[in-house]
Amino acid sequence: MTRALILLRRRLVGSIFVLLIVIIGTFLLLEAAPGDAVDAYIVSTGGDAGMIELLRHRWGLDQSELTRLANYLWALLHLDLGHSVTFSRPIREIILERLPTTLILMGSATALSFGLGSALGIYAGAKPGSFRDRFLSIGSLALYAVPGFWLGLVLIVIFAVDLRWLPIGGIESLASDKTGLARAADIATHLVLPVSALGFIYLALYLRMMRAGMAEAWRQDFVLAARSRGLSRRRIVLAHVARNALLPLVTMLGLQSAQMLGGSVVIESVFAVPGLGRLAQEAVAGRDTPLLLGIILTSAVLVIVINLLVDVAYAFLDPRVGASEAGA
Amino acid sequence: MSGFTISRRTMLAGSAALLASTAMPVIGWAQTPKKGGRLVVAADSEPRNLNPAIVASNGVFFISSKVVETLAEASFDGKDGLQPRLALSWEGAADGLSVTFKLRDGVIWHDGKPFTSADVAFSALQIWKPLQNLGRTVFKDLAAIDTPDDLTAVFKFAKPTPFQLIRNALPALSSVVPKHVYETGKIEENPANNAPVGTGPFKFAEYKAGQYYRLAKNTDYWGKDEPWLDEIVYQVLPDRTSAAAALEAEEIQLAAFSAVPLADLDRISKVPGLKVITKGYEGLTYQLVVEINHRRKELADVKVRQAIAHAIDKDFVVKTVFLGYAATATGPVPKNDPQFYTADVPTYAFDVTKANALLDEAGYKKGPDGNRFSLKLLPAPYFNETKQFGDYLRQALAAVGIDAELVNNDSPAHIKAVYTDHAFDLAVGPPVFRGDPAISTTILVQSGIPDGVPFSNQGGYKNEELDALIAKASETLDTAARTELYKEFQKKVAADLPLINVAEWSFISVARDTVGNIANNPRWAVSNWADTYLES
Repeated sequence: MTRALILLRRRLVGSIFVLLIVIIGTFLLLEAAPGDAVDAYIVSTGGDAGMIELLRHRWGLDQSELTRLANYLWALLHLDLGHSVTFSRPIREIILERLPTTLILMGSATALSFGLGSALGIYAGAKPGSFRDRFLSIGSLALYAVPGFWLGLVLIVIFAVDLRWLPIGGIESLASDKTGLARAADIATHLVLPVSALGFIYLALYLRMMRAGMAEAWRQDFVLAARSRGLSRRRIVLAHVARNALLPLVTMLGLQSAQMLGGSVVIESVFAVPGLGRLAQEAVAGRDTPLLLGIILTSAVLVIVINLLVDVAYAFLDPRVGASEAGA
Repeated sequence: MSGFTISRRTMLAGSAALLASTAMPVIGWAQTPKKGGRLVVAADSEPRNLNPAIVASNGVFFISSKVVETLAEASFDGKDGLQPRLALSWEGAADGLSVTFKLRDGVIWHDGKPFTSADVAFSALQIWKPLQNLGRTVFKDLAAIDTPDDLTAVFKFAKPTPFQLIRNALPALSSVVPKHVYETGKIEENPANNAPVGTGPFKFAEYKAGQYYRLAKNTDYWGKDEPWLDEIVYQVLPDRTSAAAALEAEEIQLAAFSAVPLADLDRISKVPGLKVITKGYEGLTYQLVVEINHRRKELADVKVRQAIAHAIDKDFVVKTVFLGYAATATGPVPKNDPQFYTADVPTYAFDVTKANALLDEAGYKKGPDGNRFSLKLLPAPYFNETKQFGDYLRQALAAVGIDAELVNNDSPAHIKAVYTDHAFDLAVGPPVFRGDPAISTTILVQSGIPDGVPFSNQGGYKNEELDALIAKASETLDTAARTELYKEFQKKVAADLPLINVAEWSFISVARDTVGNIANNPRWAVSNWADTYLES
């Protein structure tokens, strides 16, 4: 247990610096983009000089960049994410409202791509070079190459418009008063298409990684030993070859979580899912710096936590990890 | 009514007959009205402030106009193009210093309190005049409001104000909100701005960010037997392609404001059960305009501006960019405006030879590479059509030896580049004509506007004669004389070309056949939908 704890502490200290760099970097990037929140707002309303000045003042945009950054960091120190000008609501409230949706979407899509990807990877890697191996490798690569929004639209046209099996978008039925299990089932139905669109794209990575790991494992001596012991092929594939190829996939799982957040921006827009990705897009379009910072901060924390979990899991799975750090 | 905003080819042929029939509530579709039901509508954005008294914009009206009502609404056949809402009558004094509104009796707010002239006085003086994006201009001389009784409001102006302007401003600028809700605390921060309280046929029921808005029937509505619908749900669909799919899948019943892209209309009009409607937006005309930076010495020469006007094939733009869902423009007032439009202005036929000759005359000969000079062209990103026209304009300019470099920005960056930084030579913009040139049209060419004001003359154009004309029209009280001045204004703008008007367009609705009473007024999508119904 101490091994895991030491690892945890080290990572946390490092994470704080990472977060600080992320915040300042994002702030400067968005400030460098031409136009501010008031410019974004008056696109749809127009307004005279007096009104615009009033808005800039009220939204604190008449202060210098440095003052605003300092104010933001000071508030953040007090765990205050600030106020969104595009939504005129507290940012923490908005993010907490959207976070569960994104977590469910990401979680399900990760489970799908990891589960199905590694299963197919085992199937392909059980016989490297066979027809099914080539077919799956090429097929998954083709899926990986497809743009997310296009895959999403194709799924909509087939399953929602033509067959009408599944809803076209949203996270649940509109104003339906469903509760409990009925609501959970409703949400699940709404998630099938976006989760598939997001999951299928990343499936290729797990599939190819699993397959490559297995292809290598087949050449190892322990496989030969297992064979010579007269173990069944099935047992060799699952317990020896696949198991050894699985570890890098766990690492990948952590790395992918960041990718998945990026992919969800597109998928959430296409399927009208009210998640963090779409919110991020709206924040950029509205030049809502504090909101975007809040989202990026949340995402960064999310990615750090997931990677921590992966590391901790790894430390348990593989005794070599953390041993050196504990000694250091 | 002199014509249509949207001249869909097939519709133009029978425009006279259609105009005559606009008085009838249902056009073309024989339906049996039915009480009740939920209408699901596509919404593409979520306005940060839903109070139409503060933000008079179509995005806000689309949702809020069902909840908060104005003094009067636009009408195809009413006197002066208006029909009564919260006001029953309006009368302007001859000296232009007052306007008297008689208000509707027996109207109650959604929270049960009675609606009175005090609410009108509060809305006008505390909100329209100091806070509203458009009201700050139109009501700038509003000094006081007398309320001799609960049903009379007398607007007093410090300077003579044309009654015609006030009348024309009523549909968009006169949303009345309850005084008792807004009188305590800061108006801009009132929670009712995000959950409006009004007198309209629908009450604001629920908002789920990123998902939907729900409006529920107001059972105490003043309109007899209205509203017909039980509920209106606005489903937030940020991706435009998904609105068309949602209509086909019968998940939504209406997509207004061209939520379905023009390119999809042909296909979707053939889907059984769906109808494409080009009416109901006559009062919301957008103008496709080439904005010009007169600080550039080449563009300060009227011959160069005329050459550019001659280089643009307006018919081609209407046919190709707008797929026929638009009309060519002659000047700063759209053809479909019933009060002010005049066709008697200098026009610029598509003529490349003439354009080249004018440019030669101006002294900008073609160089060895075939170019006369280079320009920076910034198309506004708000509409597909403004971006596509930008691509077209680049080619049209190349044909006369002007090399235009396209600069594409997102909306806030475009606004800043054009209206604050003036970092453009030509820009493509979509200003809105709001029923009276004094509301948001003269500002496009008038001089002396501070930097940073969007949708205004930021091209450094200054024409004292035109400024004097605009000033005179703003204080001319007689309707006929005022109208005449604006005709003169159109002639002057078309002759001197401070900007080039290319086309006029509005939006398209796509609805299921079961939705009835669509498009029965010129601002239908932003009106109150009290008589809209769903056939079973």
